[in-house]
Amino acid sequence: MVDTETATVETHKEAAGQGLWSKVVELFSKHPLLFIIAFFIVFPFVVPYKALATQIIIWGLFALGYNVCLGYTGMLSFGHAAYFGVGAYTTGIVLIRLWENVWFGLLSGLVMGAVTAIILGYLCIKRRGIYFAMLTLAFAQLLYFIAFQWVDLTGGDNGLRNIPAVPLTLPGISIDIYDPLRFYFFVLFFVVLALLVLNRILQSPFGHVLQAVRENEPRARSCGYETSNVRWLAFILSGTISGLAGGLYALYLHFVGIESLYWITSGQVVMITLLGGMGSFIGPFIGAGVFLFLEDVLSALTANWMIFLGIIFVLCVLFFPSGVWGTIKELATRKKS
Amino acid sequence: MDWSVIVMQLFTGLSLGMLYVLLALGLSIIFGLLTVVNFAHGAMFMWGAYAGVSIVAMTGNFWLALIAAPLVMGGYGLIVEKGVIRPLYGRDINYPLLLTFGLQFIMVEIIRIFWGTSDQPFTAPELLSMPVELFGVFYFPSYRLFLIGMTIAICIVLWFFLEKTNLGLIIRAGTRDALMVRALGIDMGRIWWIVFGIGAGLAGIAGVLASPITSVYPEMGIPMLVQCFVVVVVGGMGSLKGAIVAGIIMGEASALTTLFYPPMADIVIFLVMAVVLLIRPSGLFGRAGLLE
Repeated sequence: MVDTETATVETHKEAAGQGLWSKVVELFSKHPLLFIIAFFIVFPFVVPYKALATQIIIWGLFALGYNVCLGYTGMLSFGHAAYFGVGAYTTGIVLIRLWENVWFGLLSGLVMGAVTAIILGYLCIKRRGIYFAMLTLAFAQLLYFIAFQWVDLTGGDNGLRNIPAVPLTLPGISIDIYDPLRFYFFVLFFVVLALLVLNRILQSPFGHVLQAVRENEPRARSCGYETSNVRWLAFILSGTISGLAGGLYALYLHFVGIESLYWITSGQVVMITLLGGMGSFIGPFIGAGVFLFLEDVLSALTANWMIFLGIIFVLCVLFFPSGVWGTIKELATRKKS
Repeated sequence: MDWSVIVMQLFTGLSLGMLYVLLALGLSIIFGLLTVVNFAHGAMFMWGAYAGVSIVAMTGNFWLALIAAPLVMGGYGLIVEKGVIRPLYGRDINYPLLLTFGLQFIMVEIIRIFWGTSDQPFTAPELLSMPVELFGVFYFPSYRLFLIGMTIAICIVLWFFLEKTNLGLIIRAGTRDALMVRALGIDMGRIWWIVFGIGAGLAGIAGVLASPITSVYPEMGIPMLVQCFVVVVVGGMGSLKGAIVAGIIMGEASALTTLFYPPMADIVIFLVMAVVLLIRPSGLFGRAGLLE
């Protein structure tokens, strides 16, 4: 997608100054990170309530991790709940039983997300395409059933309750982060960190190999890249970010529900990524925003709000496969030409 | 533990395996020809069960439900294929998968709106409600025996259809090389359409057959779908023989673990899958490299 992004930038350069719309898009394409960060600083003040903003960036972070798998490497995983859920449970369990330290809790969630992705990824990347999708789904369900049965550790069906609201310790001070706005910026810190790290990785030669694998794997292999290792690494990177998002979600709710490991969670991140647009930084966050905002509005109107999301998703697959951000970019490019 | 308990559990496992077989056959036949992974297969199974419930509620006749529900679901499958899956042919192979994934949410919600979220009662017909004595040692629910018999009958009909009829010949040829079949002047679009209908019909009949032994509720297809994915992966995608063998293995594995160590009952099929994939990455009867 970076290629198309540069291409878009060039088309924009040729016809600069043609309308505000394309200018905004152009700026986005040139300095996506800067704009995302600036936007997120204002973001909590424009949404109806701050908890929604926090939820959106946590899910956005999860989808960002997922996007490394689907958008950048072209692997359709249907089991990302595994890494999200394992991250959430680990952070929660560590905070309850081991050490009441936010940093350590989140770090353990992230590491366990990575470890799970290393193990399951090893098994799943043996297969490609739809087999890969079904395998990731099956292994995520395996973890779900394990968590369901292991009541002593996870609380089983009731979920993991009473995760302590531990203050954030920095050298010399300790801050209470559980005020909605403070917690938002606490999460944003990790989102920005993840964005910077991912941006660096995706622009590195490794990142380009990822996209080469997505576009044409046999060709990438014939260029001398060990593509199965590349896919495995991308999978692990994706699982790590998902684990971090899971840990943040556990801190946000002070609770981990069993449904965080359920396949509906995996499906939700697929929907978010597709709604927003694959293979970009902003897409997952737009997707999370659209999804959670719709959920917020529709679930207040009807208990059957999932039907609307289902319909929107089906229409999106049929008519706007490149998602909201992809469609905006296409429209902007079309206006020029 | 008495051996007759084990034999009885083996029969229970076989009847569970038969449900897996029916669903996996539908998934596999659709996949083998259309290369569509039908994520809505579980929801179609659930709709089949609700169609059965409604028909029984209206007419009180289980046998009519057993015939009509698969026809209704087959018709639904034809509509779905024409309406929403057909436009996606030629695009990335993941799109039909995503589309059917969205479709199943819609299907589950429609049931929730019209039938509510609670379980629907569904009892086996009078004729099949008595347990029968097997081998003179234990009593086995006659409905489960009927389920096993029905599935075997359906498999034989399906085998006959695929091996002995002209349409079956075209379907088999299309699985091998759709382009070549097209070049011979056969309208593959129509064949795909019919096959999707057959797959949906199989899901519908599985739904009716499952209703008396599992409860009928809107999410009943979800665990079933995931388990059938496991069956299909283990058997080898696109292989009907694989679907049958793996379906029975998984039914037995699940039933025997329920007997010996219940906490593992939900987990064991995934472990079997992991072992099979490590030894034979393309499944028991799968062709290596098919559509990866």
